[in-house]
Amino acid sequence: MTDARGAAAPTPAPSAWDGGRTPVWGALAEFTTPDGLLAAAAAVREAGFERFDAHSPFPVHGIERAMRLKRSPVPWFVLVLGLGGAAAGMLLQWWVSTHAYPLVISGKPFFSWPAFVPIMFECGVLGGALGAVFGFLSMARLPRHHHPLFGSTRFERVGDDAFFLSIEAADPRFDRQRTPAMLADLGARHVELVDMPAPEASRKEPEGGAA
Amino acid sequence: MSGASGTTGSAARERIGVDVRQVSLPAGHPVAKLSLAAAVAGAVALAVAWALGGPRFYSSYLTAYLFFLTLALGGLVFVLLQFVTRAGWSVAVRRLAEHVMGTLPLFLVLFVPVIIGMGDLFPWAVGEGGGEHEALVGSKALWLQPGSWILRSAVYLVLWSVLGWWFRRQSIGQDRHPDPGVTRRLQIASAPGLVVFGVTVTLASFDWVMSLDPHWYSTIFGVYVFAGAVVGILALVVVLSVALERRRGPLAGIVTPEHYHDLGKLLFGFVVFWAYIAFSQFMLIWYGNLPEETVWYRQRFEHGWYPVSVAVAVGCFVVPFFFLLGRDVKRNRLTLTAAAVWLLVFHYVDVYWLVMPSALSVDPGGGFHPHWLDLLTLVAVGGLFAGAVGRLMAGPALVPVADPRLPESLSFENM
Repeated sequence: MTDARGAAAPTPAPSAWDGGRTPVWGALAEFTTPDGLLAAAAAVREAGFERFDAHSPFPVHGIERAMRLKRSPVPWFVLVLGLGGAAAGMLLQWWVSTHAYPLVISGKPFFSWPAFVPIMFECGVLGGALGAVFGFLSMARLPRHHHPLFGSTRFERVGDDAFFLSIEAADPRFDRQRTPAMLADLGARHVELVDMPAPEASRKEPEGGAA
Repeated sequence: MSGASGTTGSAARERIGVDVRQVSLPAGHPVAKLSLAAAVAGAVALAVAWALGGPRFYSSYLTAYLFFLTLALGGLVFVLLQFVTRAGWSVAVRRLAEHVMGTLPLFLVLFVPVIIGMGDLFPWAVGEGGGEHEALVGSKALWLQPGSWILRSAVYLVLWSVLGWWFRRQSIGQDRHPDPGVTRRLQIASAPGLVVFGVTVTLASFDWVMSLDPHWYSTIFGVYVFAGAVVGILALVVVLSVALERRRGPLAGIVTPEHYHDLGKLLFGFVVFWAYIAFSQFMLIWYGNLPEETVWYRQRFEHGWYPVSVAVAVGCFVVPFFFLLGRDVKRNRLTLTAAAVWLLVFHYVDVYWLVMPSALSVDPGGGFHPHWLDLLTLVAVGGLFAGAVGRLMAGPALVPVADPRLPESLSFENM
């Protein structure tokens, strides 16, 4: 592929040759700089797209503003599970030492709350940590075995030196011809259509055929 | 990221339209005027309190002295920590802490009344506090001698003053003669500096606070004082940053919500750390239930001190913990300042709670009796402290303009 701006026409994915019958997952544009990615992300969001994502080898400052991403709900998982863990830890100790198995320990009352605070604290930390891990995994829809973008060989450089913007075909504004052209106009070095992987493609076939 | 930071740094400076080489405190700025007025008020208050005080003056004075000393020591440890961790984010606010630690020589002078009041403050200094616990105090008699105590106190204060003065002077010298070697030198010096700080602060808190009750001992006490000092300086840096940044002040465009956010996160972290240490001390003593240890908490749970103990726990931990949890609270100038002022107030309550029940326990019926001298000595030491900070701020730039990490700090963003 040539890097020249003028020649950065959308590269036809295999699906483009069959008149648009093969289901497409989306369009993938490659940028050379973080600034290019930032500008393109802002422009794509400005154009009204919502199902798009930015991919880069390292965190790019300001990308969440450019994409107008909503705040992550993960802190709420941490808060609720952290407080819940702390409450559960204290409740368990209260129940064990006053109801299930009351023991006099060094002459102190059955419910000696100062002694229970460290365990309550640790249960709160455990709950918060589990909330962070599983809240993140569920919000990021992980784990998953495969992603359609892995079908692109150029996308392998996302962990190295290339910056990508992908727009899903599921976005109502997506158009097989116009969307890749728009991405090329935004300064992409390379634009391609990414096929739906085979199993998902065959599952989606009836819908695609009808449309 | 380091490759990109240089270019984005200059871009950030262009974007915010600030020439960092012009950043200094204007003579007519409210902070400059206030500090001058504070110094005068402080000197007058000190003279009045000294003249009218009597024995109560010394315990009130020690409380006020320790409150502001912990802020200055917090400034020292804040600066040392920034260098030892090679922090980039904090460069934009580091000079403020450097000015605060620059007041440490003032505390060398202000220690004189504590020496004069030694006999009124410390039972061991006049051979009291023996009685049935003679053996306990006896084992400490070698350490708690008036002569060696004064010598040790002077050593701590001189070491702190020299450390603070040298770090501040090097940092300001770099403004005029840009040389990354200064940063490197300070990085190297910061590690042994932290060791000196840790040992001296621990011993000073033993000598000046713990020995108010010579029977009692707690090995974690120095860490407790340190935790309170860091909360204090972080809160003070927030207040100073806001005062100098708001209304297009000299730090406008330099200190950003990103810096407030990080100061808020550290503040939150040290609120939790303080609570962790405070509770560790309490729980071990409660669990062990030994009379010579529990007496210290007993004093603080009786004679009207119980509400103060609860206020310390709630004001220093529970309220700020939940208040500072959210992200927006830490990024908003107004809410973060509210938290910082709250924590400064409760840091004073904490110091009061450490000093007063022990200092007053020698009096018959030494319960919780707030006194006008508490307020007057607070104004006295606080006025002189604020005046000194303002005086130190007036000359040099308000940010280390030639620090090689300043561009990184200016363009720094939280994830």
